[in-house]
Amino acid sequence: MNALLRPAPEEFSLSRQDNGAVRVRGLTRRFNGGPPILDRLDLAIFPGEFVALLGRSGSGKSTLLRTLSGLDPVSEGQVFCPKGQAVVFQESRLLPWKRVWQNVVLGQDKGKDGRDRAEAVLKEVGLSHRIDAWPLTLSGGEAQRAALARALVREPEFLMLDEPFAALDALTRLRMQQLVAALWSKHRCAVLLVTHDVDEALLLADRAVVLDAGRIRTDLKIPLDRPRHHADPRFVHLRSALLESLGVHDD
Amino acid sequence: MSETFIRAAVHAVSPSSTSRSAVGLPFPRWQILSRYVSPVLLMILWQIACSTGLLSTRLIASPAQIVVTSWSLINDGTLLSNLGVSLLRAALGLLIAIVAGISLALVAGLSRIGEDIVDAPLQIMRTLPVLALVPLFILWFGIGEAPKILLVALGSIFPIYLNLLKGIRSIDPKLLEMAQTLGLSRRQIIQDVILPGALPDLLVGLRFAVGISWLMLVVAEQINAESGIGHMMMDAEDFLRTDIILVGLFVYGLLGLVSDQLVRTLEHHLLAWRCVRHSRGLTT
Ligand SMILES: Nc1ncnc2c1ncn2[C@@H]1O[C@H](COP(=O)(O)OP(=O)(O)O)[C@@H](O)[C@H]1O
Ligand SMILES: [Mg+2]
Repeated sequence: MNALLRPAPEEFSLSRQDNGAVRVRGLTRRFNGGPPILDRLDLAIFPGEFVALLGRSGSGKSTLLRTLSGLDPVSEGQVFCPKGQAVVFQESRLLPWKRVWQNVVLGQDKGKDGRDRAEAVLKEVGLSHRIDAWPLTLSGGEAQRAALARALVREPEFLMLDEPFAALDALTRLRMQQLVAALWSKHRCAVLLVTHDVDEALLLADRAVVLDAGRIRTDLKIPLDRPRHHADPRFVHLRSALLESLGVHDD
Repeated sequence: MSETFIRAAVHAVSPSSTSRSAVGLPFPRWQILSRYVSPVLLMILWQIACSTGLLSTRLIASPAQIVVTSWSLINDGTLLSNLGVSLLRAALGLLIAIVAGISLALVAGLSRIGEDIVDAPLQIMRTLPVLALVPLFILWFGIGEAPKILLVALGSIFPIYLNLLKGIRSIDPKLLEMAQTLGLSRRQIIQDVILPGALPDLLVGLRFAVGISWLMLVVAEQINAESGIGHMMMDAEDFLRTDIILVGLFVYGLLGLVSDQLVRTLEHHLLAWRCVRHSRGLTT
């Protein structure tokens, strides 16, 4: 059924706050009275911090993100989130009937400078040459760049990325990771990146957390200088630690 | 929406000559000509059969006679004045159907209560054969313009309503979620997401509606009409003028073709964002 038809949930205990930090306390989420997918989950993200969220498929990563972004209601627990937030999903979710630049400034106050603002941010993500293109003509990587631009144009304090590069080929994914690293070092917003790619987490994040059985089971600091390299012995060490907590033994 | 994508894609690869040239496939000239050989041959046979008396002109007029008759009908203004009347009826009926169909589909598609109120009665009415309402319409509205226009409207409202409603309901929920995370207002979501997303289906409905409107008109004009192409044909029947009847038939056919082409052109312009994908998909 149409999501629009559902009445807005009343029992919102999701609060917007201004200091750019994210705090989740005792968040429990079940579907239709079933077992809890998220079970008294606690998580804090500092302003400007880059956190990677890992966990096996179906562990509730997307559910957490949907709750943080206000798509799903908070029925048990507390969630504090900055007002300025943006989400990028695995699919670009561009409106096919609007040109790239119109997608980027969608829902923004329509000023004369809409196109200029779109152009500036499209330049940042390396897509200014496709500013007037129809979304259906974009490649997968280009579409995700456009989705990133649409998130960035809102200058979010908190950016959520739900497996944004999972559907891209390996080479494009590497380029997109570099792009995200560059954008983050410039904008310094708090980021929650959902990924199942351990290397991606170690390349980009300040901290990697692993979601398992409804809670954050592992909280691993990644104290490496940027730019990071796969061959760095500390990188290798962190990777096996992270894989271990995901239940994969890397001998 | 995916269904209309497929439909359009099927169009693009169907063997009609216009689609082929649109995709840029080479099409040898002799092949184009060969398509017309058999119709022309049939025409010649038809003419011969009429000239030799094999076919009685009381049953069917000869092609030459039809051409001559069209010419004289055009010259004395009969054809154009009747055509004008018919066009006006179809246009008014369609206009009513478009306005009412779109409004009802929006009411039903955008609110639960609206759906409960609007959808059930329309689904019931849809199953009635509209033509069976003709006697009732004559009783209610007499034999003037109203019953004819309303018959056209009633016939063509359903494809518009049903297709637009289907379009609204099949909007990708992921796009609606995205709009929500971007903080779009309900009005903006309707305007920027739902309506453009449902437009392809609305246009499919419009094409059906246009086709049905001619069908309704044919019936409406053969009952108690004092003007219009249908009236011209019924009049001709009284004098066994098969030539005039056939001219009317051709005019109806032509009207159907032209109006369908008009809607296609409209589709081509309004759905430019979609055409791109097809040409891309077929050439790469
Ligand atoms: N709308 C829903 N209704 C019922 N169950 C759901 C719904 N959405 C997600 N789930 C369930 O919640 C669990 C977590 O899903 P999800 O958050 O998408 O996992 P992840 O993103 O970590 O792969 C899954 O078992 C899934 O089946
Ligand atoms: Mg997920």
